[in-house]
Amino acid sequence: MGVAEEASLRRRGGAADRPVPDDLHARLKVFEGQPAVTGGTGKDPVNEPMIRHWCEAMGDENPAYQGPSAIAPPTMLQAWTMGGLSGHGRPGSGRSSAYDALFALLDEAGCTSVVATDCEQEYLRPLRPGERITFDAVIESVSPRKTTKLGTGYFVTTRMDVRADGDLAGTHRFRILKYAPATVPEPPATVPEPPATTPKQPADHPPPDPARTTPKAHRPRPVINRDNAGFWAGVAERKLLIQRCTDCATLRFPWLPGCNYCGGDGWDTIEAAGHGTVFSYVVMHHPPFPAFDPPYAVALIELAEGVRMVADMVGVPPEKVRIGMPVRLEFRIVEDDLVLPVFNGSQPPGPSTGSQRPDPSTESHP
Amino acid sequence: MNPGDNLPPLTIPITRTLIVAGAVASRDYQDVHHDAEAARAKGSPDIFMNILTTNGLVGRYITDCLGPRAVLRKVAIRLGVPNYPGDELMLRGTVRSLDGDTAEVRVIGTNRLGHHVTGTVTVSVTVPTTRPPLPEPTP
Repeated sequence: MGVAEEASLRRRGGAADRPVPDDLHARLKVFEGQPAVTGGTGKDPVNEPMIRHWCEAMGDENPAYQGPSAIAPPTMLQAWTMGGLSGHGRPGSGRSSAYDALFALLDEAGCTSVVATDCEQEYLRPLRPGERITFDAVIESVSPRKTTKLGTGYFVTTRMDVRADGDLAGTHRFRILKYAPATVPEPPATVPEPPATTPKQPADHPPPDPARTTPKAHRPRPVINRDNAGFWAGVAERKLLIQRCTDCATLRFPWLPGCNYCGGDGWDTIEAAGHGTVFSYVVMHHPPFPAFDPPYAVALIELAEGVRMVADMVGVPPEKVRIGMPVRLEFRIVEDDLVLPVFNGSQPPGPSTGSQRPDPSTESHP
Repeated sequence: MNPGDNLPPLTIPITRTLIVAGAVASRDYQDVHHDAEAARAKGSPDIFMNILTTNGLVGRYITDCLGPRAVLRKVAIRLGVPNYPGDELMLRGTVRSLDGDTAEVRVIGTNRLGHHVTGTVTVSVTVPTTRPPLPEPTP
């Protein structure tokens, strides 16, 4: 997972995510399929000095990039298309008005920062000194709004065809995040000190980041309300309760005030037996959040009763989690006042390996 | 080379010089890759490596490991945490699949902050009929 990883799967229990309306995305999506660059020309032909400078910087001593029959390092593909110090936007760069308009819309929306996130290149034939570079690119996609550690913005993907002396030599797919920065840089050190009588934390100074000043950050607490209180009461008693419609007997999870199948509002509960399989999962690498220790796996578990729920995976390394993996319910004491249902994907100890000790913070489901 | 084989790891010190030299060699003059003050003004603690340099290092890692007969077919990378000066990038690779002379290698590069780069490289290694041993990777 890259910087794009959203925190939505972090929610647990009964609360469903409600997407924030995103009108801008519809206006950005119009640009998909439109040209980003038309008839771009490389400022320099493929040449030995630039190849050598590249290899020196990278520490790349591959003999294929040296001598009279040298080829350019394939990963230089994008370098031949770069605007350099004189930049893009000049005549000859080929940058399209559609691309400029897309960026202007994003700038207006406050998404003024750019970071490159993905680069996918395919090399169809080597580039050799003397060849002239031309290129065309298309705006392939604009993602819905995403919130990342850097800030909130949109991923813009372009695909470029790079030609050498007119032959297609490679393709270059490039993804950037155009975003509104999440944090304002700290004021410079020249800001005058507050007067001595000012309290320690004047209102115009943000309180210190709790993640940095306390030894251990706390996990977010579940939002408990009238509609899901029964679920959390069950968890407190180490029971995973599934709602059941008293009109049509359809099971439902997460907890909701009414039945999606028949519309009935009467319900009771059944206790999950605690068996299930991994229906889907993500491994969280980035962005890190206080109190979480990546990488870790968060899975959508299909319970034996037929409903699905999101929970942490335990008992197996995150990279070993697989769709279809059998799991069993446990309750984990995450913090003194926070117990969460989690699912263990390890093989249960057989009769001959009964000495295996459970994680002391985890209580197996009976 | 067989599926499941691990390539020897390569550790690259992330110096200020490498970040700037990589940015300039790739014709990338965005100030966050060479001007620490400008980078800080934009909310970054320091300059950081550009994606083209990371791409170049991943390509170098594969051909260092597999020798000069290795021909890169595809390099697809995704960036995670930045490479700041003073850090170290450790690149590791695992052969995922082999189809004739073409291998798919999963590459992961980590630094102190976590995963800087994850990606997949498709590479062909043409083998002469009398096969000498594969050269040792350069450290």
